[in-house]
Amino acid sequence: MSPDLLKLIFGRLGLESLPLHEPIVVGTFAVVALGGATLLAGLTYFRLWGYLWREWFTTVDHKRIGIMYMILGIVMLLRGFADALMMRGQQMLAFNGSEGYLNAHHYDQVFTAHGVIMIFFVAMPLVTGLMNYVVPLQIGARDVSFPFLNNFSFWMTVGGAVLVMASLFIGEFARTGWLAYPPLSNIGYSPDVGVDYYIWALQVAGVGTTLSGINLICTIVKLRCPGMTMMKMPVFTWTSLCTNILIVASFPVLTVVLALLSLDRYVGTNFFTNDFGGSPMMYVNLIWIWGHPEVYILVLPAFGVFSEVTSTFSGKRLFGYTSMVYATVVITILSYLVWLHHFFTMGSGASVNSFFGITTMIISIPTGAKMFNWLFTMYRGRIRYELPMLWTIAFMLTFVLGGMTGVLLAVPPADFVLHNSLFLIAHFHNVIIGGVVFGAFAGINYWFPKAFGFKLDVFWGKLSFWFWVVGFYLAFMPLYVLGLMGVTRRLRVFDDPSLQIWFVIAAIGAFLVFLGILCMLMQFAVSFLKREQLKDVTGDPWDARTLEWATSSPPPDYNFAFTPVVHDNDAWWDMKKRGYQRPLTGFRPIHMPSSTGTGIILAGFATAMGFGLIWYIWWLAAGSFIAMLVVGIGHTFNYHRDFDIPAEDVIRTEDARTKLLAGAK
Amino acid sequence: MTVSVNPAQTGEPMFYLADEHPHPEGYSTSLGFWIYLMSDCLIFAMLFAAFGVLGGNYAAGPAPKDLFELPLVAVNTSMLLLSSITYGFAMLTMQQNKIAQTQMWLAITGLFGLAFIGIELSEFAHMIHEGATPQRSAFLSAFFTLVGTHGLHVSCGLIWLVTLMVQVWKFGLIEANRRRLMCLSMFWHFLDVVWIGVFTFVYLLGVLR
Repeated sequence: MSPDLLKLIFGRLGLESLPLHEPIVVGTFAVVALGGATLLAGLTYFRLWGYLWREWFTTVDHKRIGIMYMILGIVMLLRGFADALMMRGQQMLAFNGSEGYLNAHHYDQVFTAHGVIMIFFVAMPLVTGLMNYVVPLQIGARDVSFPFLNNFSFWMTVGGAVLVMASLFIGEFARTGWLAYPPLSNIGYSPDVGVDYYIWALQVAGVGTTLSGINLICTIVKLRCPGMTMMKMPVFTWTSLCTNILIVASFPVLTVVLALLSLDRYVGTNFFTNDFGGSPMMYVNLIWIWGHPEVYILVLPAFGVFSEVTSTFSGKRLFGYTSMVYATVVITILSYLVWLHHFFTMGSGASVNSFFGITTMIISIPTGAKMFNWLFTMYRGRIRYELPMLWTIAFMLTFVLGGMTGVLLAVPPADFVLHNSLFLIAHFHNVIIGGVVFGAFAGINYWFPKAFGFKLDVFWGKLSFWFWVVGFYLAFMPLYVLGLMGVTRRLRVFDDPSLQIWFVIAAIGAFLVFLGILCMLMQFAVSFLKREQLKDVTGDPWDARTLEWATSSPPPDYNFAFTPVVHDNDAWWDMKKRGYQRPLTGFRPIHMPSSTGTGIILAGFATAMGFGLIWYIWWLAAGSFIAMLVVGIGHTFNYHRDFDIPAEDVIRTEDARTKLLAGAK
Repeated sequence: MTVSVNPAQTGEPMFYLADEHPHPEGYSTSLGFWIYLMSDCLIFAMLFAAFGVLGGNYAAGPAPKDLFELPLVAVNTSMLLLSSITYGFAMLTMQQNKIAQTQMWLAITGLFGLAFIGIELSEFAHMIHEGATPQRSAFLSAFFTLVGTHGLHVSCGLIWLVTLMVQVWKFGLIEANRRRLMCLSMFWHFLDVVWIGVFTFVYLLGVLR
């Protein structure tokens, strides 16, 4: 075939794009391909495709979508953590003239992919998954406001993850660091596909995130059950509301800044170039106007989880509910006034730096208030050290440490010394792992019995917990030391042999965390095998306080046979205390949204369009775009998107629960 | 919902609704669409900010004074403003359940929108022909992106408008279609407001400076 025709069909994609010269990547590909083929064969053999398509891929049930988000987050955690282990291994070895085992080209991709994956495809899905699952149950709703949109949002997030994963085996990922600062990310310095993978993965996933933010805001504002005024909402719902407001008010900024970067790369405009009047610093400003709220997007729901867990396992009403709510709202607002602290060294001058330094320090006040609220909730409580509570206590210790180093970094003169050093790396891992990841694990252990009807195994859970916590400290405390000694981030080889011991300790820590992850997977497997012993028939295994525990575990499709009416902050606790009797008669048909395959089809075309744009396969990009328009508009011609669950089905489900509850007594 | 949730009034506390009515269809739509519009507004805010930062960086290339023809822009602005008025008429006739008239006003709105896009494209073509391309300077990059994004929105609005006209023609002014027309109405007026910002900050202030 002529080269012109090949170029028309395949764009710049060719055999040489496959990283066949990288033995590590080839090995990984072999393992992934083998595992993937086994999985696909298994699904085909057990004839599960139809079931998966009908019950999961096309579902609009917020509970199933929430679970799928969690699975996505955990799968991507394995990928992101593999990158982490590779970095720790490289930095441990590359001393005394050794080049380590990763070349610069590969190493730079690894640290970029690690950051991108951990933030966008691990932390975000875990947080969104928890919110999706829990919020409608906590507010006594049957589903979210826009169930179809919810399904579409999820698949767009998956589409972004698929693009990032594809970059591992087809072409390469960005070598720019996780925020892809220009001019490095501009076409002149990064002419290959890496940055384009970065851009389109985030754009596709970003659409999903923004839409899911709008969806959850509407859900919380419009679908609360009668009696649940704003100041009677559970704290997790409050933090979810604030997080989704932050999402809607910050992700469009990311969309714009990446669109401008792609215009620079594809069209040759001059937004972030060094000449023709472009301003690379504008990119840095814009992306951090998104980026700083993003860290609060991640941590606020975690704060909500800790609030629910602390109050449940201390057997007490949350101390200072009102101050907790206001602290959350204040953090939401302040998170927009601090973005410049990420680049004090830009040279904005003393006044600007002082302003942003002070606003940054002020954020620690509401956060500190929260910490005291949790402590006072525990004070004189009857604390049960179940797994969620263990993660919460580990969070409180770890997060305070990370918060203090954060306040230290907020001092501009100190930041001039520590900017881009390993001290910074240690700080943000300290707050993200100690806050978001521990929060997600507390949430998983807390709500798992609700989602699946059995508790998680305690032995493997505790093992995982201790490996994670000890591993975290071993992995990141040395980085504080190294940062104070002046070691900068993203280095591949080192000259000073006296530093090596710290990197060895950090690598051991990372390995312990690895064991922690394995134990967690083991915990899921063992719990599944022991599901009869660990079964929760009551729907309320922790003697908890909020509405999601009022229904069965797992909840029926319609969540509640009758919409609850709320009189108190801790609605379910109030119901139990006042002798609430579960209704046994009078069931009616329940109006529910129907499943649809449109979401996954649209997201599939969006992903294909991204792939076409990355590789300059213009026919694929244009064709997918037109297909999206056609499918999207076609979907609007379907006016019948709901159905009624017949009363007989409700009666059958509720009777089964009545029998189960009677058996439990 | 008109449910008493105060136990003092009913004696026994009530913990669930025995007589429940599902939320009407489209219960959350207007709120959701408003929030979407605000997120879109943020996109324009960022593009305005980029124009604010880069709008003076001509890189020894053409400046607004050399490029903008205010009479043409005034005609273009009136096209969009008139289309907002005619959309308003479409909504008024929709309230009165007059399908034919609603369709007519929608069609006129679409024609005004089309005229707006046509004039904008010819302005762009003229500028590019004179060498004022988006690649020429940061000012022109920001200009084309801001104005072009607005134009892209209007084009999406036109596709949406045609879709809705087909749906009104096929299914009539049913509740769902009224809701959709209402959303497009908000979208259309929103683009009008954004254009007033573009007209003021890009064209008028551009020629002044």
